[in-house]
Amino acid sequence: MAKRSIVPFGPQHPVLPEPVHLDLVLEDETVVGAIPSIGYIHRGLEKLVEKRDFKQYVYIAERICGICSCGHGLGYCLAVEKVMDIEVPDRARYLRTIWLEMSRIHSHLLWLGLLADAMGFESLFMESWRLREKILDMFDETAGGRIIHSVNCVGGVQKDMDSSMLQDVLRAVSDLEGEMKPVVDTFLQDYTVQSRLKGTGILTKEDAVAMGAVGPMMRASGIEYDARLLGYGAYNELTVEPITSTEGDCYGRCEVRLKELFQSFDLIREAVGKIPQGPVSVPVKGNPSGEYFVRIEQPRGEAIYYIKGNGTKYLDRFRLRTPTTSNIPPMVEMLKGCQLADVPLLILTIDPCVSCTER
Amino acid sequence: MDYKSEIKKVSTAEFFPAVIMMKGENWRLVQICATTVENGYEMSYSFCKDYEMVTLRLDIAEDQEIASITQVYPCAYLQENEAAELFGVRIRNISPDYKDNLYRIDKETPFK
Repeated sequence: MAKRSIVPFGPQHPVLPEPVHLDLVLEDETVVGAIPSIGYIHRGLEKLVEKRDFKQYVYIAERICGICSCGHGLGYCLAVEKVMDIEVPDRARYLRTIWLEMSRIHSHLLWLGLLADAMGFESLFMESWRLREKILDMFDETAGGRIIHSVNCVGGVQKDMDSSMLQDVLRAVSDLEGEMKPVVDTFLQDYTVQSRLKGTGILTKEDAVAMGAVGPMMRASGIEYDARLLGYGAYNELTVEPITSTEGDCYGRCEVRLKELFQSFDLIREAVGKIPQGPVSVPVKGNPSGEYFVRIEQPRGEAIYYIKGNGTKYLDRFRLRTPTTSNIPPMVEMLKGCQLADVPLLILTIDPCVSCTER
Repeated sequence: MDYKSEIKKVSTAEFFPAVIMMKGENWRLVQICATTVENGYEMSYSFCKDYEMVTLRLDIAEDQEIASITQVYPCAYLQENEAAELFGVRIRNISPDYKDNLYRIDKETPFK
């Protein structure tokens, strides 16, 4: 047996936008075990729910993370609306869905850029992030902010999109779709990219279930689960099919996210085509009393929002189980057997979001 | 589409057999949540199978110790460590046990 050594990885590392640490147990250059360590930026935002009234807390939920901001605001609002039995207007449901899909596009493009950067493919990185700018500009036009949108509120949405905005969104989506094709070809067919991603970091279907993987990571292992099929927002009136791959490797996870981009383009077009006229919010009376778990499909995977109200304007508990919390244990599992040089890419393919995890 | 999402209350004696049964029926663990209540904690363990969700609810006293479910669901360790560190829930045999060092925070059990 080769001599074992422990190599610390992170918390500061070129591929990690946020701090996470791993103690890698190596035999020569093969990883045989890994112990993850987080906790560098824990903020205790869940606890703050006891000090802000339930309507104000939407602003805090949105700020748990910049990339997943729209989904966090929505997940929290859905939980409160379920407890308070609030029926959100149809137009608000569609607007929420359009913004959510725009969030998915910008999150996946961000990730694709980071992946290209981790492989040293600088031009691909720049192209991915150049395309992402188009979606951020659309957020700016429709919501008034590029990163934190503050569109969701308990009872609906705070902002409406007029018809010219909706047409601009459609135009941006069409432009993006056309410009995405060479990027997709490079990610899926380029020899260099394939040589780094194919057969690396395999997570079997069985391990994905046993270790609790979610989102693209789970679907890349062949599991057909997409929380959008639960029907929140306007998804129950739109065409959603889980996108899967059977390889379970880094390439499969990249392929799933690329295909989800085109699914998001289609969903936005369908939602804009079906969006009804009408109000975008309803008045909220009273305070939440009761508890509820809400599941939504964030770009990085299924997120779970739990609230417990006591009849006052302050909630007893807000809990967010983020996709990255669920994807760290399977990541550790798939690191076993890989080469030290592949560790950065492997970590990146779970699309870790440490801000969310350390909410 | 209205999928099942229910909360089942279980006693301490029923809890572990119920978790083993969930595992046997291929439910995946999706979240663990601790909530502080008067004189103790409310522990919620949620499981999903396809699109259905079941939450096992365990009420425990403040000084009561419960067993970790990492022997059945190894992926539970991060969330169990979090409940132990932030709330002070006494969970034995978490694997791996970070012994209150999952988060680098100065205050002891800040969510208690």
